[in-house]
Amino acid sequence: MARAVTTRRKVITTAAAWAVGLLIFFPIYWTILTSFKTEAQAINDPPLFFNFDWTLENYTLVQQRSDYMRFLWNSVIIAGGSTLLGIIVAVPAAWSMAFVPSKRTKDILLWMLSTKMLPAVGVLYPISLLFVQFNLLDTRFGLIIVLMLINLPIIVWMLYTYFKEIPVDILEAARMDGAGLKEEILYVLTPMAVPGIASTILLNFILAWNEAFWTLNLTAANAGPLTAFIASYSSPEGLFFAKLSAASTMAIAPILILGWFSQKQLVRGLTFGAVK
Amino acid sequence: MATKHSRSAARLMMAPAVILLLGWMLVPLTMTLYFSFKRYLPLRGDSLENGLQWVGLENYARFIGSSAFWPSVQATLVIVGGVLLITVVFGIFLAILLDQPFWGQGIVRLLVIAPFFVMPTVSALVWKNMFMDPVNGILAHLWRFFGAEPVSWLSDASVQSIILIVSWQWLPFATLILLTAIQSLDSEQLEAAEMDGAPPVKRFWFIILPHLSRAITIVVLIQTIFLLSIFAEIFVTTGGAFGTRTLTYLIFQRVVDSQNIGLGSAGGVYAIILANIVAIFLMRIVGSNLDR
Repeated sequence: MARAVTTRRKVITTAAAWAVGLLIFFPIYWTILTSFKTEAQAINDPPLFFNFDWTLENYTLVQQRSDYMRFLWNSVIIAGGSTLLGIIVAVPAAWSMAFVPSKRTKDILLWMLSTKMLPAVGVLYPISLLFVQFNLLDTRFGLIIVLMLINLPIIVWMLYTYFKEIPVDILEAARMDGAGLKEEILYVLTPMAVPGIASTILLNFILAWNEAFWTLNLTAANAGPLTAFIASYSSPEGLFFAKLSAASTMAIAPILILGWFSQKQLVRGLTFGAVK
Repeated sequence: MATKHSRSAARLMMAPAVILLLGWMLVPLTMTLYFSFKRYLPLRGDSLENGLQWVGLENYARFIGSSAFWPSVQATLVIVGGVLLITVVFGIFLAILLDQPFWGQGIVRLLVIAPFFVMPTVSALVWKNMFMDPVNGILAHLWRFFGAEPVSWLSDASVQSIILIVSWQWLPFATLILLTAIQSLDSEQLEAAEMDGAPPVKRFWFIILPHLSRAITIVVLIQTIFLLSIFAEIFVTTGGAFGTRTLTYLIFQRVVDSQNIGLGSAGGVYAIILANIVAIFLMRIVGSNLDR
């Protein structure tokens, strides 16, 4: 039963909530706005909100300066590749843990989670060494493998919590009707598992897209994704606020949109099912 | 109704994930442990081919003994603690606010969540330049507008600035989880308390806060694990200068900048132990949740 709320109270709450929301969103809004200014307008005092000549020139300049498209492509390949590979490895594992649990299932799940907590910097040198050894340094394939491994625990966990919610009775009914393991997976489980798998893919794509330890340390000019592309702006030359804004806008826009779709799954995925 | 057949099939399906993660954990960890007991300075001619000199616990002692160690522990604690405090306090406030009925709930929710999806290098550079630049940043404009002298944020208030940037990134996460938890609160309980004349402060203290305690613990633990290893935010802003060299960053510098692999590896082992102490508590909560 919803509580009756006075209009007055609702007006006050609305004002407060919008004020806080806009304040938190302001840096992103300001970045997007600045990307359409000229460099001189970008640093104008007082700051310009609407009264400036909108221009797209920064976007072309960013592309010319450092071939944005190649970094974008690297990001797509690395985030997408690591997520898909992770799903391929994790689906069977999560399936068996959810439907054929044994006494050790819980221990295995928790152990997998514990590998996620390994601080990356603690194994930076060994991984770089292995990368040199196997010629993986600054390759997209190498990063796909590493990002797949660091996100694999989250992928397994998310899939596990989704699969857990599929009623087992339905599987038993299918078995009674003579369905083998193959039919079970193909015709019974898959259709019910698709939404969970889709959310898992979405969240892990975002996490891989934004990963900024391994992508900064294991890539250079060749396989660098957008995180590295943006980091190249940390040593500025001349006026660059508008160009930085254009580059930033292009780096975050796609993922912001995906992220807004995934907000519900975010809670479940990042708390390992502890908060739903 | 698992048969023997399906059991072994299940084990087979689990194998790739388990083997991959086992390798991912054991191989680099063993190497780090190995290097931490060795003198290993590639720039001075040490190499794996010629064999490394065993130095026992010397690296461990030197890592702790160096003048950079305790300041880095302090920086880590201040940054992690500051971000936790800000995100949890404001997260509770925001969660309660967003849980009230108001117009445009969906849109405001999206606005609040947005910073979480901004990649760390972007948020750090946007804050560093467009907000905290002492000449052209928005904050400098604002300070001048009120007749104050602009602050060189990242050199004069470096730790606070890092805390601000990282809090901005993590506030959405805390808010979202706490909001989810608040929404599962039985509203009848609150109504009963309201009818019995409990003022808002008491309702918050005795009903809402206890209900949130579990979610708060989870937020604190998960954020701690991620915050202990923040890297990009420091890498592109101060580069570890002005007292912002955290433990993670110190280890990074030992390994990458000074190329002292032995010393860096010993630091890495400390970081791993530290992360595991936090992890144990988190795993307990997650584990107890599995049984339900």
